[in-house]
Amino acid sequence: MTDLTNTAAPFLRIDGVSKRFGDVTALRDVSLDLRKGEIHALIGPSGCGKSTLLRIVAGFETADEGSVHLGQRRIDTLKPEARGIGIVFQDYALFPHLTVAQNVAFALKYADDARRVAGTAPLLRMVRLDGLESRFPDELSGGQQQRVALARTFAAGPRAILLDEPFSNLDASLRETTRREIRDILKASGLGILFVTHDREEALSFADRISVLREGGVEQTGLPKDLYFRPANAFVAGFLGSTNFLDGIANGASAETPLGRVGLDRPASGPVRLSLRPEAIGIAMEGSDGVPGIVASLVFKGHDASAFVRVGETIFEVLMRASLDIRPGQRVHVAAHLPAVVLKE
Amino acid sequence: MTAQPQAAAERSAPWIEVFGRRGATGRKPPLFLMLPAIVAGAMMLIPLVYLVVRASATERTELAAIVLRPFTLQVTLNTLALVGSVLALTTAIALPLALLVTRTDVPAKRAITILATLPLAIPGYVMAYALIGLSGYYGPLNAFFGLRLPRPEGLFGAALALSLYTFPYVFLNVRAALLGLDPALEESARSLGRSPRAAFLSVTLPHLRPALLSAWLVVALYTLGDYGAIALMRYDVLSSAIFSQYANAFEVNYAAWLALMLLAIAAAFLVLEGALNRGRRLTRTGTGTRRSVLAVALGRWRWPALGFAALVHIASLGVPALVIAFWLSRAPADVDWAKVPVTVLGTLSVALPAAALAVAIAVPVALVATRWPSRLTYGIERMTYFGYAVPALPFALATVFFTLAVVPALYQTVAILVIALTLHTAALAVGPVRVRLLQIGPRVEESARSFGYSAPAAFCSVTLPALSRSVLAGAIFVFIVVAKELPITLLLAPSGFTTMAMNVFSRTQEGMLYEAAPYAALMIGFSAISVALMLRSERDRP
Ligand SMILES: Nc1ncnc2c1ncn2[C@@H]1O[C@H](COP(=O)(O)OP(=O)(O)O)[C@@H](O)[C@H]1O
Ligand SMILES: [Mg+2]
Repeated sequence: MTDLTNTAAPFLRIDGVSKRFGDVTALRDVSLDLRKGEIHALIGPSGCGKSTLLRIVAGFETADEGSVHLGQRRIDTLKPEARGIGIVFQDYALFPHLTVAQNVAFALKYADDARRVAGTAPLLRMVRLDGLESRFPDELSGGQQQRVALARTFAAGPRAILLDEPFSNLDASLRETTRREIRDILKASGLGILFVTHDREEALSFADRISVLREGGVEQTGLPKDLYFRPANAFVAGFLGSTNFLDGIANGASAETPLGRVGLDRPASGPVRLSLRPEAIGIAMEGSDGVPGIVASLVFKGHDASAFVRVGETIFEVLMRASLDIRPGQRVHVAAHLPAVVLKE
Repeated sequence: MTAQPQAAAERSAPWIEVFGRRGATGRKPPLFLMLPAIVAGAMMLIPLVYLVVRASATERTELAAIVLRPFTLQVTLNTLALVGSVLALTTAIALPLALLVTRTDVPAKRAITILATLPLAIPGYVMAYALIGLSGYYGPLNAFFGLRLPRPEGLFGAALALSLYTFPYVFLNVRAALLGLDPALEESARSLGRSPRAAFLSVTLPHLRPALLSAWLVVALYTLGDYGAIALMRYDVLSSAIFSQYANAFEVNYAAWLALMLLAIAAAFLVLEGALNRGRRLTRTGTGTRRSVLAVALGRWRWPALGFAALVHIASLGVPALVIAFWLSRAPADVDWAKVPVTVLGTLSVALPAAALAVAIAVPVALVATRWPSRLTYGIERMTYFGYAVPALPFALATVFFTLAVVPALYQTVAILVIALTLHTAALAVGPVRVRLLQIGPRVEESARSFGYSAPAAFCSVTLPALSRSVLAGAIFVFIVVAKELPITLLLAPSGFTTMAMNVFSRTQEGMLYEAAPYAALMIGFSAISVALMLRSERDRP
């Protein structure tokens, strides 16, 4: 799937968008693009401007600077109803006075009622809500409400769909399955999907590409794997998963660090800041190679466990098999067995 | 640990021990709370029973002759026509104003909102006074502009006077509904391809319906209950007919029947509102964050919009202010100034005890209803609201019948006037106390009890201090409404007793507009306090 998105031409393009609310800068010079059939996640801490960006694309806020193009057409000057952009709000915003079928029919453009009602059937089947046509929104579960909102958005025939924290209102137990279902539906539609989240697992598992936002600016855009394994800076590295930061002196393909000599993901020289994920560090009994340390604490997580190992002044998080017989206070050896990522400061 | 109960006993005042240590969390409310609540609840109802008793005393044969006259039909139709006109006019004023301040980029939104709330401070009869005082040969219009308008009267005059001071209810309700509406709903409609207009009609308007219906109910009940403004406009409706049949024509049985008819119409409105609101599904399904909705840019329409708002403010505030000032300046020498303080004292002698009594009723009623919820306590609380919703003149007439039949010694005394006014307004004090009690909740008291406080001691040391502000607010509301009250006072006041409200009304009725002016000014001053309180509580809301 990633191959397809790599080759598809961008068709929603956000160029240099900035937005201020009074003296709060919500967005600064944000550029990103969305390809046809691609699911693009915007991830960042709360308040970093994700919703604001979606609302600018949808037409509910106006950017102070920059432009938004859909295909060849500039859309940021158009009214919301003329943009061909669908949006699913965090709380779905279903019309509570209309039934499921009426909610969906609301978005259909046919003039006569009979065709509108008939037109809802395939959409409701698509989101597997057939049989619930005459229910009202308050008679649906959170997941069902979300699917109605999606069907309603599809009904308007948009060219791209924006989703603002679509899973944050669902029970944790439902989230996983719902996510997979919704992903299949969105993928099947072939539309461009821009979705906002602050949950890194969600972004990594749901998206084809990810853009990490911080304080209104894009830090890095790329494939989930690339962002996870080759974060551009400490913020991205830390935001997408737990990691160990270490300083070292680089000398070509490796660097001298508190963990000893560590391989690098790209050649560098001089002082560097490195990121090493917990799974990139190996742990072994005293006497093996690597640097010596003492296990400060252990967190059991089921099939694996995190060991926090004190090496000199620093504590490193190390992922290990839970079955390994290692106890707090034990002397161990730790060593990097994967290259460390050189961070741009 | 063992020292704690003793410490608590020392902390609680001795008189509290009288009530014992059971209570606040027990199954049944203590008698000392239940008794005043039941008495108050019953007092709302008993007079109305006497109204029915009195009406049914009419002979069957006589009944047809009394009730089935063309006059009855006429005043009934007039009443309905007036309610209809007032609802239409208030909506025509308030709905556009509410939309302006919530959905457009009109300048000075806050000012428009405050100015559209202030007319609540103007009693209906003062509004009528202002409209009447504006026209006429000696009026300010003629004096300044040489413009002579006919004295406003009849359906038009009454509807105008009532609408100009009741439209804020519609305005505030609709505005609150518009502000509370999840903006994502309208935004969804827009991104699904609807124009702003179409989104408003298909999504926003259905959501305004409950707010409109409840505002309409309030305005309709006001219109049914009003006597002063309508009488000054010389329009014959049920309430003025009740008054004239009782006070002038001495056809007491006919007055009783007219009062029952007015009650029936009020009840019909209550039922109708409930029925129209049933089955509506407008609950927010989500927990969307509050964001303001896209403001419609008015563009060229900005000036007509401001003009409309200005027209409403001039008519509802400017005219009364101008007319009162004009008449005050015209003939100050003729005004019997010495009578003013006496009249103010008259008003105070009713409003102060009524406020105190209302609070004494409100606290136990709200307490049993929130802490010991049951059918009985709920019913008692509803009774106080019922006393407020019953149109004033039927209520006053019922009180007369009750007094004459049961405690004739109280007939035509200030005491019975105070009691009737208290029962009529107690709901105003129950409201804030109840809301506050629900906010405080029983947890803090329970934690105080876990420290060893007795139930009454916990209530007095934890809940009561937190309640004091809302008790005061309730007392002020009652005080002001009683000070403004006209029909009950007119009907029940002992001869020779007079209040500011009575003076505005009777001087205006006699055409002595400058004599009425000082009282009208004082009335507005009093009422302004209540509006200031309301605006403050509105601002304090999250
Ligand atoms: N309508 C608004 N008025 C003022 N400030 C706003 C408005 N909308 C968003 N902001 C501010 O802009 C910043 C970004 O908000 P938002 O886009 O909602 O963040 P996110 O969705 O990433 O949590 C925040 O600091 C927020 O307070
Ligand atoms: Mg957000």
